[in-house]
Amino acid sequence: MDKDVTSADAPDAQGGYARAGGTLAFGPGKPLRLDSGGSLDHVEIAYRTYGSLNAERSNAILICHALTGDQHVASEHPITKKPGWWTQMVGPGRPLDPTKHFIICANVIGGCMGTTGPSSINPATGKPWGLSFPVITIPDMVRAQVMLIDALGVDQLFAVVGGSMGGMQALQWAADYPERVYSVVCLAAAARHSAQNIAFHELGRQAIMADPDWRGGDYAAHGVRPEKGLGVARMAAHITYLSEQALQRKFGRELQRDGLSWGFDADFQVESYLRHQGATFVDRFDANSYLYITRATDYFDMAAGHGGLLADAFVKAREVRFCVLSFTSDWLYPTPESRAIVRALNAAGARASFLEIESDKGHDAFLLDEPVMRNAVAGFLASAGQTRGLGAGGLDVGGLASGSLQP
Amino acid sequence: MSPAEAAKREDFRAILDMVRPGARVLDIGCGEGLLLEMLARENGVEGRGLELSPANVSLCLARGLAVVQGDADHDLADFPNQSFDYAVLTQTLQAVRRPREVLAELLRIGERAIVSLPNFAHWKMRWELLTHGRMPTTRALPRAWWETDNIHLCTLRDFTVLCDELGLRIEASMALADGQAARSIDPQRAIENWRAEAGLFLLSRK
Repeated sequence: MDKDVTSADAPDAQGGYARAGGTLAFGPGKPLRLDSGGSLDHVEIAYRTYGSLNAERSNAILICHALTGDQHVASEHPITKKPGWWTQMVGPGRPLDPTKHFIICANVIGGCMGTTGPSSINPATGKPWGLSFPVITIPDMVRAQVMLIDALGVDQLFAVVGGSMGGMQALQWAADYPERVYSVVCLAAAARHSAQNIAFHELGRQAIMADPDWRGGDYAAHGVRPEKGLGVARMAAHITYLSEQALQRKFGRELQRDGLSWGFDADFQVESYLRHQGATFVDRFDANSYLYITRATDYFDMAAGHGGLLADAFVKAREVRFCVLSFTSDWLYPTPESRAIVRALNAAGARASFLEIESDKGHDAFLLDEPVMRNAVAGFLASAGQTRGLGAGGLDVGGLASGSLQP
Repeated sequence: MSPAEAAKREDFRAILDMVRPGARVLDIGCGEGLLLEMLARENGVEGRGLELSPANVSLCLARGLAVVQGDADHDLADFPNQSFDYAVLTQTLQAVRRPREVLAELLRIGERAIVSLPNFAHWKMRWELLTHGRMPTTRALPRAWWETDNIHLCTLRDFTVLCDELGLRIEASMALADGQAARSIDPQRAIENWRAEAGLFLLSRK
């Protein structure tokens, strides 16, 4: 048997639309080919769906999650019990509307929320893969998503939507499978990792590997977890997700309690906040997954396979509609990175739209309630939906069409 | 401006007459995308836009148009050589920092350029300057000198001289006046430099 649903979440219709999901297990006849040369057998992909596939199978939207995201885009996270990481964008009346779209979100390959990754059991040894797991890439993640949408009976996705590392996957989809993608929404992303991006990731990886509990990646066998190292990695990364203004506004020089401790406790609120971010992150994330997924983004360079010409990566994607958005205060994937994508799309003759959104919230703005982003994505998807024959019902873009956004 | 109002704009109508059906058009400073929408609907044009205002870019996205946020001074370099049949720049050349370079860019990107601009030598301008000795404020140029975006105003004569210097051929010229149909003119004639409130030009390289 090629594939088998090993586990299925209990389907329900909370919020007036179908919600389902589970884990797809692919048999040995369905290996996942990897950029590193080999392939992975017995791949499992954990995913969630929201809404129903229409009769024409034309309303499927794939959401690609960011570095430490997961498939719980609009459903309660099993560990943190939070309501989903993108409920501002996904839900009835939102730009990604499960009463209208069939929304799919899957944990990436290399992840730790049910999809095969370094913490999974290597079927050949019966033990966790650890560092014997092959290095994976963004195109590998996309190839696994293709296996998933094949299994779900979707030929062409109406849209692939993602922010940050999710945006990288969305671009890769258009480059590698242009005939299977009608439109792409790429938020706060880049077509390659910069030296600074790689540098911050290396800092995080070194923090993990310097933790004695990491045990050369074999911590599971020793019954420990490199929580200190992973926490520090998260703290450093979290700073890159926020802007200087956002940090200053949120914390300034505010103290935790009256007076200084004259020691190295968390005197400042910003210290306490970062420690909390690190401490809670280790509850829901695996250290080796962090190594593998950061590596995948560091290796990401869409122009590399095309003699350095990014435009050549998109020559087959001329029919795809692209919406590229960046945020003014994002210094992790700053606007020039998005402009480079748009320039390449223009050079390739693709249908590219681009908007830089004014926000002082830094890279994380794409995860927050940003009305300009919401309106832009809603308008883009609604008009693409009309040309795709999905109709415009369910989306509140009336204000946009009648010009109420006029400055 | 509503789509119904846009349909009545004489400069839009004149541009629709100039653009070959099915052509590829880049509208620079496309605003809410109304011209692009008319070009797509009436001429079957494949359009792209460049627009400065984020709110307008959002409106264009909701209209299903492919529009990139940016401005004529900085972001035309992102478009490849000869990637469009027409590059359109309406009522914007006088507001850019480097009009000469922008004009050259239009004809690098497009096989032809369509440019409209207010004529500072229109008789009303001359009259205001002559009688009051102050920078004219008219229907075509309503803002005071200290708040206007129009930092590089010129006359029809100035424009034809610049086209000559840049080696550009003026294939068609129209005089525009609010509420009146565009009128084909010879832009070299002194009388038109008095009469035309604004000019619309179809340009190509010699």
